[in-house]
Amino acid sequence: MSAQMHPGVRVGGWSWVWRPWIALVTVLLAAATFLVFCVSISVGDFTIELTAVVKTLVGQGERVDEFVIMDLRMPRALVGLIAGLALGISGALTQSIARNPLASPDVLGITSGASATAVFVVTASGGAAIGGSLGLPAAALLGGLLTGFLVYFLAWKKGIDGFRLILIGVSVNAAMQALTTWLLALADIRDVARAQAWLVGSLNARSWTEVWTSLWLAAALVLVVLFVSFQLKPMHFGDDVAAGLGVRHSAVRAVLLLCAVLLASVAVSAAGPVPFIALVAPQIAMRLQRSPVPPLVASGLFGAVLLISSDLIARTVLPGGLPVGIVTAIIGGPFLVYLLVRANLKRSA
Amino acid sequence: MTALRNDVARLGAEGVTVGYADRVVLDNLDVSIPTGVITTVIGPNGCGKSTLLRTLSRLLKPSRGTVLLDGHDIARLRTRDVAKKMGLLPQTPIAPEGLTVADLVARGRHPHQSWVRQWSSDDADVVAEALRMTGVADLAHRPVDSLSGGQRQRVWISMTLAQGTDLLLLDEPTTYLDLAHAIDVIDLVDDLHEGGCTIVMVLHDLNLAVRYSDNLIVMKSGSIVAQGHPSEVITSELLLDTFGLQAKVIDDPVSERPLIVPIGRTHVVPKSDQERG
Repeated sequence: MSAQMHPGVRVGGWSWVWRPWIALVTVLLAAATFLVFCVSISVGDFTIELTAVVKTLVGQGERVDEFVIMDLRMPRALVGLIAGLALGISGALTQSIARNPLASPDVLGITSGASATAVFVVTASGGAAIGGSLGLPAAALLGGLLTGFLVYFLAWKKGIDGFRLILIGVSVNAAMQALTTWLLALADIRDVARAQAWLVGSLNARSWTEVWTSLWLAAALVLVVLFVSFQLKPMHFGDDVAAGLGVRHSAVRAVLLLCAVLLASVAVSAAGPVPFIALVAPQIAMRLQRSPVPPLVASGLFGAVLLISSDLIARTVLPGGLPVGIVTAIIGGPFLVYLLVRANLKRSA
Repeated sequence: MTALRNDVARLGAEGVTVGYADRVVLDNLDVSIPTGVITTVIGPNGCGKSTLLRTLSRLLKPSRGTVLLDGHDIARLRTRDVAKKMGLLPQTPIAPEGLTVADLVARGRHPHQSWVRQWSSDDADVVAEALRMTGVADLAHRPVDSLSGGQRQRVWISMTLAQGTDLLLLDEPTTYLDLAHAIDVIDLVDDLHEGGCTIVMVLHDLNLAVRYSDNLIVMKSGSIVAQGHPSEVITSELLLDTFGLQAKVIDDPVSERPLIVPIGRTHVVPKSDQERG
């Protein structure tokens, strides 16, 4: 009998389902994340050997390496890690809640809402005064949150329907992009250049202050998500089944959507609106783990791998330090088309 | 209608009024569900039978009145505690593509689990038993979307069973099934009843309802017009009054229940011929 089901891991009163394949993929993804993280630090104006990078990370490195790694290269790699994780998890949450692979924070307008307010701060402040270390992240967070509320409010009709959420999200997304264009058209030319560089999404020139803010916010949000995610499991079967299984689905959905919006906004505030990570990472993680629903942890890890390696490609292969957003768009665009075609085939089948 | 008192009933409603935006669907309705038997709610389309089931299962909140589960107001109970006492199979559950039967049925343990206790040996035993009882143990590793409609419905019932409650609410468990599969599923429901479950369901097919229920609740325009054993409740007058259906009620040749033979406008032989045949 028990051979038909997954065995359990039991320690005292604690117990989990043991799924070897999922555990293996997660461990491999974590290893891949660590690897690209180290490679990202090792590559630069001059190369530091990987062994030296790892040594420095565990606090046993040479002093010269330590300065370059900790002060110059680490913030960039960490921002990639945090933003990638945040986008991956955010996408897995929105796709799960809407039960639709197209429902990612970039498609739903959250990222462009966050960028619109960020651009507003950059252009309105006329300089670095407010647009500095705290103003920009705060503006992006606020913008993402407001856009999230707007989409949720407009899509609400006796509950949340995934398809309606996406349609509303697509229109709000367009409105927010129009708003951004309008702000740029009004702004001073120097601010436009600054805003434009940020708008494509880039891990360039990150400081430790920005890193710490995003790190703490993201860590807190991920903890909440992992804790509440247990209640997300029955929600893949629809609201009625979830209610029958004792889940307060409206509350769980509200909390998780809020976390998804905040995670996406943290990522935008740290790295700019890097496109497609949140859409692609959960879908690929799902296929790697052979999971029927987007897996949270694996989506986050894959998001980090994707963002850091895209940044690596942008820095090494492409000419003239192109921003990371260009690379992720090149990967993500075709994938979006693939998802659309697949959804169409399924609907007509 | 008051023959079945609330003190023997585990589930019941007192004076519930339920409506959507501008329309009252159930108006000041009292009902009690007898324990240990199969109760089936029947009635014409739009009579509020699904609304009644959804209200009893706390999916809908009445604007007035209370639903009582074991003597407690269901609205005041934690939804998790309700889920430990009452299993529910709604009309159109969704299974994510690629989800296996075992994983779906295992989800039925959710109300008994917590973050740190996600798969105890109890869970494994109950799920194995639920798979066995519904005859889907051999399908455990198949994706739910690869199954036939009848098998799929068995799997969902299996999940509800894994919840480990002896009170099951099923909203049209035979919808979209052909007759053979419908009989198969409802035989399964009867097995569960024999095993000691109290069952409340909504059915469209009147003859299936009559054959398998011990207690019928007949509804029309949001009120209960009759309740009791099918043999007492089902008459040609009631069918005409509630469903607008011309029918003859005869003795079922294969069971001790009545059988409804509908009379349409066509294909009906004149009365004299019927008696000769």
